[in-house]
Amino acid sequence: MKAIVSVFAHDAKGITAYVTGLLAEQDINILDISQTLMQEYFAMIMLVDLAECPLPFDELARWLREKGEERTLAVHIQRQDIFEAMHRV
Amino acid sequence: MSYSFDSREILQTIEMIDQQHLDVRTVTMGVSLLDCADPSMARCCEKVYDKICRKASRLVETGCAIEREFGIPIVNKRVSVSPVSLVAAACEAEDYVPLALTLDRAAKAVGVNFIGGFSALCHKGFTESDRKLIASLPRALTETELVCGSVNVGSTKAGINMDAVALMGRVIRETADIDPMGCAKLVVFCNAVEDNPFMAGAFHGVGEPECVINVGVSGPGVVAHALKACKGEPFDVVAETIKRTAFKITRMGQLVAREASKRLDVPFGVVDLSLAPTPAVGDSVAEILEIMGLETCGIHGTTAALALLNDAVKKGGVMASSHVGGLSGAFIPVSEDAGMIAAAEKGVLSLDKLEAMTCVCSVGLDMIAVPGDTSASTLSAVIADEAAIGMVNNKTTAVRLIPAAGRQVGERIDFGGLLGSAPVMPLHGGSSEEFVARGGRIPAPLHALKN
Repeated sequence: MKAIVSVFAHDAKGITAYVTGLLAEQDINILDISQTLMQEYFAMIMLVDLAECPLPFDELARWLREKGEERTLAVHIQRQDIFEAMHRV
Repeated sequence: MSYSFDSREILQTIEMIDQQHLDVRTVTMGVSLLDCADPSMARCCEKVYDKICRKASRLVETGCAIEREFGIPIVNKRVSVSPVSLVAAACEAEDYVPLALTLDRAAKAVGVNFIGGFSALCHKGFTESDRKLIASLPRALTETELVCGSVNVGSTKAGINMDAVALMGRVIRETADIDPMGCAKLVVFCNAVEDNPFMAGAFHGVGEPECVINVGVSGPGVVAHALKACKGEPFDVVAETIKRTAFKITRMGQLVAREASKRLDVPFGVVDLSLAPTPAVGDSVAEILEIMGLETCGIHGTTAALALLNDAVKKGGVMASSHVGGLSGAFIPVSEDAGMIAAAEKGVLSLDKLEAMTCVCSVGLDMIAVPGDTSASTLSAVIADEAAIGMVNNKTTAVRLIPAAGRQVGERIDFGGLLGSAPVMPLHGGSSEEFVARGGRIPAPLHALKN
C-alpha cells in the first residue's frame, strides 16, 4: 500500500534525518520526497511504500505521531488514494 | 498506475481538512426491515433489533478505520430503516412506541448516533398503519434519544394530503408540549427521497435493496475559502470555482463510499452532494452567500446567490461520483449554521425569505424555532406552503419547525451538539384555522401528467 507522510514543524536542523530514520526503522521505502518552507514552518511530504512494513496501518500511524510529538513535529500518514481521488479526473 | 506526486495538492487537501472543516458528514447504512413484519409486536421488535444489529454491527468500526487510514473525518455513522409504518402494518398493536424504543436500543447497540425511518408515506392517503405511526410520533420522539421520524404528506404525482398536513401540525404541537427537542428529530416532507443519508429525514425506501451504503458529503468551509480568492470576479468565475471545489469534495465522498461498501460487503447506493453546514465558525452556507457580495444573508439577492450555489454544487459533484442521489444541494438549517443564526438574530433573515430560498435549494424550512404558543393550524399552514413549493417545482421540500416552549420572538433555544441553537423567529399573525380544517387533497399539478 502506498501512503503519504506529511511532516509539519518549526524549521530546525535534523528533521528530515529524524523522520526518514523512523521510516527506515519500519522497513518503509520512500518513493518521492518534497520539502518546502511556508514562512517559518517546515513542510515535508513523502510518498512511501508500506509493502514491507511489519506494523498494521493504525499502529504505524500512532507510532509515527507519537515519535513526531517527541520532537514537536506533526507527523501524519494517510493513504495516497484520497489525494489521487480529489485531484485527478 | 503510478501516482504523480504534487505537494501543492497534498497541502491543499490537508489544509481543507485541518482548517476548512472538510469532512464526510455521514456514512448511512440503509437496512430493509420489510421481512421483520409480524402480527405480534413483541416478535416484530425482536426481529427488528436482531436484523439491525446483524447488518450494522461493523458499520461504526469500519467507518472509524477508514477515517484513520485516509485521514478524513467521518462525522456521523448512521442507520436508516424501511418506513416503520410498512414494517408494523401486520402488527395487531395500536401503539408503535415499542418499535421506536427498539430502534433506539438497536442504534445504541451498534453505536450509531441517529437512526432514521420511524416514518410514514401518506402523500395520497393514510393506511391504518400510517395513522397509528403518526399517533405514536410525539411519544416515540420524546421517549427515545436517537430515533428520527419523517412523514411524507405530498408529492408532485399525488398532490398534497391536507388531512396529513392538518394532522402533522397537531403532532408537532403535541411533541413540542412534551419536549421541543423531539421536533428536531421530525421532518415533514413533500417528494421525500428514498436514499437520503442525512438525518432527520433519512429512511430506507421501498425501492432500495436489502442493505445499502449511502454517503453524504459536506464542505461549506471549503467552498467559502475558494470563493474568497474570487473577489470582484463575475458570476461565471464564481460558478466555475464552486464546481471545481464540489468536484474535489465529492470525489472524496465517493472514495469513502466505495471503500465502506467494499469493506462491509454491502452495495454502494449514492453519494449525496450536499453542502451541510455545522454551527462551527467557517462551516456556514450563509457565509458563502455573504462572500458572493451580500452584506447579510437574507437581504435581496440571497435567493439568486443560493440558486447559483446549489446548481454549481450539483454540476461539480455529478461528474465526481458514479451515482448521485439523496437530496443533493445546499442545506439551509437555521440552527446549524452560524451565519444563518446571526442573520436571523439581526432580524434580516425572515421566514418569508427562507421560504423563497427553499424554492432554489435542497429541502426546506429546516431547524427553525418558532414561538412556543404557535397554534397547530399555523404550523400546518406553514407545512402546506412548503409542500406546495415542492409539489409544483417537482423537488423535495421539508419542514422541521420547533415550537420553543415558553419562549417568544427574540429568545433563543439550544439543542446542543450538531443541532446547534436557534433564535425564535416570528410567524405571521392571523388564523389559518378554517383553511387547514377543510382537509381533503390538493390535486396534483398539471405537469404531473407527463406520461
